[in-house]
Amino acid sequence: MKKITILSAFLIGFLTYGFAQNNEKTELPSVNIKTLTGETFNTSDIKNPDGPIFLSFWATWCKPCIKELIAVDENYVDWQEETGLKVYAVSIDDSKSMSRVAPFVNGRAWEFEILLDSNSDFKRAMNVINVPHSFILDKNGNVIWQHNSYSPGDEDEIYKIIKKASEEEKSDNQ
Amino acid sequence: MFSLSVFAQENNKDYGEFHGNFELNTQTYSADSLIGAESVDEIMRANTYANFTYTKGKFSAGLRYEAYLNTMLGFDQRYNGQGIANRYASYTSEDLEITVGNFYEQFGNGLILRTYEDKTLGLDNSSDGIRLRYAPIKGIRLTGLIGKQKLYWEYGPGIIRAFDSEISFNETFKKFTDAKTKIQIGGSFVSKYQKNLDPVYNFPENVSSFAGRINLSRKALMLSSEYAYKINDPSSDNGNIFKDGNALLINGSWSKKGIGFLISALRLDNMSFRSDRSASINDLNINYLPAITKTHAYAFDAMYPFATQPNGQISGNFEIFYNFKRKSTLGGKYGMNLNINFSQVNAIQKTQIIVNPNDAIPNLDGYTSDFFAIDDELYFRDFNIELHKKVNKKLKFAAIYMYEDYNKMVIQGKYGMVHADIGILDFTYKFTSKNALRVENEILITGKDADGNKQDYGDWYMATLEYTSSPRWFFAVSDQYNYGNPEKSHRVHYYIVSGGYTKGANRIQLNYGKQREGITCVGGVCRTVPASNGFSLTISSTF
Repeated sequence: MKKITILSAFLIGFLTYGFAQNNEKTELPSVNIKTLTGETFNTSDIKNPDGPIFLSFWATWCKPCIKELIAVDENYVDWQEETGLKVYAVSIDDSKSMSRVAPFVNGRAWEFEILLDSNSDFKRAMNVINVPHSFILDKNGNVIWQHNSYSPGDEDEIYKIIKKASEEEKSDNQ
Repeated sequence: MFSLSVFAQENNKDYGEFHGNFELNTQTYSADSLIGAESVDEIMRANTYANFTYTKGKFSAGLRYEAYLNTMLGFDQRYNGQGIANRYASYTSEDLEITVGNFYEQFGNGLILRTYEDKTLGLDNSSDGIRLRYAPIKGIRLTGLIGKQKLYWEYGPGIIRAFDSEISFNETFKKFTDAKTKIQIGGSFVSKYQKNLDPVYNFPENVSSFAGRINLSRKALMLSSEYAYKINDPSSDNGNIFKDGNALLINGSWSKKGIGFLISALRLDNMSFRSDRSASINDLNINYLPAITKTHAYAFDAMYPFATQPNGQISGNFEIFYNFKRKSTLGGKYGMNLNINFSQVNAIQKTQIIVNPNDAIPNLDGYTSDFFAIDDELYFRDFNIELHKKVNKKLKFAAIYMYEDYNKMVIQGKYGMVHADIGILDFTYKFTSKNALRVENEILITGKDADGNKQDYGDWYMATLEYTSSPRWFFAVSDQYNYGNPEKSHRVHYYIVSGGYTKGANRIQLNYGKQREGITCVGGVCRTVPASNGFSLTISSTF
């Protein structure tokens, strides 16, 4: 019982710390991954001078990931116009399903920037446990929000955050 | 020392970044003889992982704490215990990267080298050693490493030495930078050393393998291929034969907006490659052999999953992706998405070599195999159609039909051939902008054996009801009913009730119910999951 008490105390402390840390601005790590055409891409080059970034870790075999990207895709044109948003979808498909990514993405007519993280190096560097896990970055490349899992309607919260980020950027520029 | 000098050069105000994650999985175990669930003396067991990473400029370091108190059922019990399971430090400049400690690496598709971790599989074959990466000019990457592989809390007996080089022509040569055709080629070499302590066999102590790969893309077309060759490597996997091994993987796809085709082929012959010749299950694999069959994600289309057969398999996969446009006849107002997939895996033909003890040098190759000959023995066949459609603003559905033949004897070592027809209907009804109800129905019907009885566990039906309140809550009830089990007393309901709360990157989930026995696979690598009965709690956080 004592062990359980200590363990729970540790857990509560840990989670409180975790929750408190979420709003801190942080920069992306530098990891070499690949583009769809096989060229090397350094993750510190994930940038968008025109507005915020939605960065999503996904896989072709992950149902909620695909639902999330479909929801983002349905709103992408509007969000781009309004906030200057750019979407990076980082596939963690390994060499078993990596070659599915291009026909899968094109088959769905998605217009996101697609990156391949086939041995989960970037996923590990971002401390992502499970997919879907998405991040929102401000114009300066700082992580301002992250979320694990997907439920229908999450796109409303995503919209709220990117809208706020783009407004803050506009007022910064004035 | 190295890190100190880096620190000194940086701005004093920048203390670097500290991040990490945490994951706790715990379960209580109650006995249920009907489904084969066992209880444990500890009542509950827990697997816990926590990663910590520190980055400052060009320097980064990290460690992972793991605690298995005690190891949950279905994971290797050699994990029992707690401590630092992984630690590393690395320095990265523009053209050079130095890593010491535990690291994960993959050359090409992994056919001769891939170290990785997967917590679902309880797999971590990281190398502990030194890795150097160097980019002498843009587009050329060289990687060299030496290390020992992790085996639970210890290390395997073998040493791995490996080198890889890759050139991306469009990045290296300026005149090709904007060319429509993109080409990369790569070559790798991996050698393992393990002392021979066997009193009878003269096992080779150094075993080498080579691989070459090409990746080519032009507009809608993409082609990639890798060939790997491994020199004599007698092991408990291949029955201690001295035959060389080889693997060939080919992927080709053509796709443009709204349509895509994929065709893949894979042939493996004697390609198990471990840093201990007597290792088994998922221990100490140096390479990764990607099954090219489609990965399924629902409960029943993933009930009989294919696992890669390193000793020999020949397989093909064909897939179509198609999007019916909005306002077309079949597309309706919102469009419709279609995916058709076919894959088949057979044995390779093997002609056994009879060893003549009177020969001066006996032939210990075991067998010969014609590269292009396909054996009649079927391992796996999968034909499936998947439809996704948005009916209106509130209602979406997915419909799947799957036809499957599964050689359970070869893949799991029990029963025999299983045929299954699977149907899935998955509706999501979003009744307000934040609240949604998902209703999932699945059915699996097996074929009949020679005596007219249902194969394996027979027929199953499943229903799931899931309520989500974005972005925080979810509740679900699910029942898998084995109504067609050939043994009437085993026609059991496996019900699970679950609830979860997510805030940002923090998540907590509680389940109660029964889990059927089965196998779970990631990338063609599988782990058996025992039947269980009880509560399970998962807490995870990324920070």
